Amino acid sequence: MILVIAEQRDGKLNRATWETIAAAQQLAAATSGPITVVVPGAGVQTVAKELAAAEVKEVVTVENPALEPYTPDGFTAALQAAITELAATHVLLPHTYQTRDFAPKLAARMDRALLTDVTGIRSAGADTAFVRPMFQGKLTADVVPQGPAPHFVTFQIGAYRADQAAKGASPAPMRALTVAVDAAAIREKPEPPFQQAKQAVDLSQAERIVSVGRGIKEQANIALAQKLAEALGAEIAASRPICDAGWLPMERQVGSSGQTVAPKLYLALGISGAIQHLVGMKGASTIVAINKDPDAPIFEVADYGIVGDLFEIVPAIIEAVKQ
Amino acid sequence: MKIAVCIKQVPTREWQPRLNDTRTWIRDQDASFEMNEPDAYALEESLRLKEKHGGEVVVCSAGPARVAQVIREALARGADRAIHVEDEALASADAFVTSGALAAAMKDEQFDLVLTGLQSDDQGFAQVGVVLAERLGRPHATIIMEVQADGSNLRVKRELEGGWFQWVAMPMPAVLTIQSGINQLRYATLKGIMAAKKKEIRKVVPSAAVAPTQKIVSLYVPEKGKKTQIIGGSAAEAAKELVRKLRDEARVIS
Repeated sequence: MILVIAEQRDGKLNRATWETIAAAQQLAAATSGPITVVVPGAGVQTVAKELAAAEVKEVVTVENPALEPYTPDGFTAALQAAITELAATHVLLPHTYQTRDFAPKLAARMDRALLTDVTGIRSAGADTAFVRPMFQGKLTADVVPQGPAPHFVTFQIGAYRADQAAKGASPAPMRALTVAVDAAAIREKPEPPFQQAKQAVDLSQAERIVSVGRGIKEQANIALAQKLAEALGAEIAASRPICDAGWLPMERQVGSSGQTVAPKLYLALGISGAIQHLVGMKGASTIVAINKDPDAPIFEVADYGIVGDLFEIVPAIIEAVKQ
Repeated sequence: MKIAVCIKQVPTREWQPRLNDTRTWIRDQDASFEMNEPDAYALEESLRLKEKHGGEVVVCSAGPARVAQVIREALARGADRAIHVEDEALASADAFVTSGALAAAMKDEQFDLVLTGLQSDDQGFAQVGVVLAERLGRPHATIIMEVQADGSNLRVKRELEGGWFQWVAMPMPAVLTIQSGINQLRYATLKGIMAAKKKEIRKVVPSAAVAPTQKIVSLYVPEKGKKTQIIGGSAAEAAKELVRKLRDEARVIS
């Protein structure tokens, strides 16, 4: 039995769950195991109905008032019970911040392997190997989980496409699984989520973006990138380290912890292309990378690349655009 | 407040990967190493908490002998002493093995707070902090951007996705994984470097080995998803050609 753990907040499905279902369907084809989607939370019937459209064996709701709001203690207790009850061989999850908060605890409590940030599945002899980035995307590893089942696997956001998930001819059957969760044993007391500041800049609507990374070296050099952005009619954005350093405001950050963008043109200046950044921009139609390191992972997603010193190249581009 | 900060030594950002003969790990001897960046932020946060509340900061690291370099650096920045779980096999250990080694060495210390980075820049599991919390029987919170601690109460700001945050309260002792950018890092002073030489590094041999849960069967340079047109020539030539392609081929600028 392959389990997919769905993610929802306030009764709204996280779309990454569909990506995980697509991955589960590929794994099911290789291992010929049925797929069950598990929806933990409280008040998740709407989400469960939505997921029943998938080509899966069944959708199981695991509802308990103690699961709302989300806590790692609550989810670990509930999912340990559900996974044991459903006799899972694999437990698949989207590699979201919430998954990262509880999945290692759950896997550790059950003493089972957990492979994170997986981007693909391939056979390795008699085994199934999971493909994952290593060393900031400079290398890729095929990894085989060790020890008894179930094996936990989390999938990188965007590695599978939500629309790849096969839909069933008719809705999958739904049922409720009752698990005991001791609310008094939950140690974490979460407060309601909030947004730090209203996002004044909506980069998701920008047609062109010039984005800067560590290669810009110092704050004073941001002005050069800004000049290029002006010349191209682009918004300026940055990778996380630049915003961490306060060189550009946090609202200009592209990546998993910032905004997800899909402009016509994304020009990456001195950005090496860590996964956390690529997740936020690989949907751009045309990607240009300028970087001194020819092996930088950003070149793997770029349509056009220039290997060299951005401090020479950027002024030359500004000049060429004006002509 | 007695604070532990777990740090890892990872290859530098400039390191060009080279594989070992079996293509299952890197050639360690060719790599240069530095402190994992998110762990550096966890160290800084530990030092700030100590400055505010008193107590001590203990650096904990599980790895081969070379890890002593980042331990010394952490001591030079202001940590008080260190625990080094030393074993060559820990260089490529999975998250369960690393957490198991750390938990065994840290168990008797009774730390009020354990901090570490949210993930490492080498294997990038994003698991060690949370698994460590489970092994130590402590509550935890991940991807933390602010820490408020007083007495036995802890309130932390957890980063959610897409610019959302959430405060979470929990009792101490607890384990936190720290997000990069939570604070501004300090550098070691000459005085700090000198003082570090006298600070205690307790070496620990890993006790009962935890069984690995992951096996790398193949390590390789990623296959390109896209065909990248690399534009050569001088800066001026490359710039001119790029602008031409963006205008005429991609049609994304006017």
